Amino acid sequence: MEPVVSVRGLRKSYGPFEAVAGIDLEVERGEIFAFLGPNGAGKTTTVEILEGFRDRTAGEVSVLGVDPAHAGSSWRNRVGAVLQESSAEPGFTVRECLQLYSGYYLEPRDIDETIALVGLEEKAETKGAQLSGGQRRRLDVALALIGDPELIFLDEPTTGFDPSARRTAWHVIEGLRQLGKTVFLTTHYMDEAEHLADRIAVIAGGRIVAEGTPGSLGGRNTMAATISFTLPEGVGADELPEELRGLLSGAGERVTLTTHTPLIHVRDLADWAIGRELDLSDLALRRPTLEDVYLNLTESTP
Amino acid sequence: MKTPAARGPLFLVLHQARYDLLAVLRNRQARFFTLILPVLFLFIFVGIFGNHVVAGVKLSTTYVPGLSALGVISASFINLVISITVQREEGILKRRRATPVPAWVLIAGRTLTAVVMSLAVVTVLLSIGRIVFGVTLRTAALPGVAFTVVVGSITFCVLGYALSTAIHNEDAAQPMVQAIMLPLYFISGIFIANSNIPSWLQHVALVFPVAHLADGLHDAYNPMLTGIGIVWTDIGVLAIWAAIGLAIALWRFSWVPNPTS
Repeated sequence: MEPVVSVRGLRKSYGPFEAVAGIDLEVERGEIFAFLGPNGAGKTTTVEILEGFRDRTAGEVSVLGVDPAHAGSSWRNRVGAVLQESSAEPGFTVRECLQLYSGYYLEPRDIDETIALVGLEEKAETKGAQLSGGQRRRLDVALALIGDPELIFLDEPTTGFDPSARRTAWHVIEGLRQLGKTVFLTTHYMDEAEHLADRIAVIAGGRIVAEGTPGSLGGRNTMAATISFTLPEGVGADELPEELRGLLSGAGERVTLTTHTPLIHVRDLADWAIGRELDLSDLALRRPTLEDVYLNLTESTP
Repeated sequence: MKTPAARGPLFLVLHQARYDLLAVLRNRQARFFTLILPVLFLFIFVGIFGNHVVAGVKLSTTYVPGLSALGVISASFINLVISITVQREEGILKRRRATPVPAWVLIAGRTLTAVVMSLAVVTVLLSIGRIVFGVTLRTAALPGVAFTVVVGSITFCVLGYALSTAIHNEDAAQPMVQAIMLPLYFISGIFIANSNIPSWLQHVALVFPVAHLADGLHDAYNPMLTGIGIVWTDIGVLAIWAAIGLAIALWRFSWVPNPTS
């Protein structure tokens, strides 16, 4: 099946500055694709090219089989967009706003159903100017959904949200998956990408530096884990069995072991500690987080 | 039921105009400047300059056409520049452009809203002027007044779209439109009768569209004249200004927020 979004060799230059320096992307139907990167990495430039708001310098772009640079009304009937910065229409209630936008589409969704989908039932008669930041963002999502699009762009949908508003927004985005929509999400929050995305691409300095599932991105599944614990007083790290001493990393009170085979080394440690009747009560095993991988990827890029 | 988009472009324009009109009517500032202030000025003018008969015409009959021009400019130019600039900078226009609605529908809908508001304020001024102060308007000149108001309103909408391209943030919109319009109101026979304005200044005023809208309406209200109340030279100058405004708007108008703001 043809991918929903297909990008080959996309470039965008502003004078001598190359905001997007040749990227390839593919998004399949029904997946939530997260486009992750620090501010200024080229995320929004790329999304705006895909949304048809910006010209490109070079490359091939196909969104729902159409080049967005030349897309018309029929294409816009199939695409929804939550833009990075757009206010509510201040004079209209949530319902009126959705009535206005639903009139733009040939086959819009039901208004009440859409209001319920984003959890704004109790605010349906509230004017845009009186909504909180999180509620405005949910109205944005409702406006992007009202035309019943196949593909939805969400450009940093939860920036500036408090934790509970982010959770609510995530529920809404997960609801889009249930509806069978394809979602192109940009974010600079690792936990958001990890929570929502089927696949992640990381952009830094205008290039894709890694692509994969949240579990395997940047070789995360094969990266070393760390075992850490504090030894009781009077016991030194040099008393550890030889096979563990070779794994020691870092200094300080807390002992840290770095290993690619954590299961075996936890067993060795446990055997040793139990044999000496030591209680390692703060023992912790930590896999690299997506944030570790991400920082590793984006910092190594000039 | 079919949506306005499914029923055709005309329905889509009416749909857009309906919501734009709702937004204007809910905006307290727009309501005051467009509907209330011109009427307030009428009472003030009568209070200051009186309502006696000069050369067979009640003075209030000479105030109403000038204030009608002010109302049209407020409903078209001032409201539009402010609302378009705010909507552009807040990303509202951009979000609308992310939908299938064609650009020309948004422009036509907003312009239709201004035309409706202009006809409303002119009707209010005429009705109150007639009931309270005995203002007269020849029945034969009614179509001329309506035509001049519609042409004036469209012209000032186009000029509003053109000017909005030079305003880079929403706070600058209100002072900018007032700075442009206030001096023109004074020299174009709206606040001060043309007979009290030196002729060189009247010639300056005639370069700009405000004087032509005011003059066209003054002539339509003049009981000494005959005909249907259309002054084609004034309509012609308005059309030229509309063409200039259209060229600037087509060249410069942007739907997305200004990157420097």
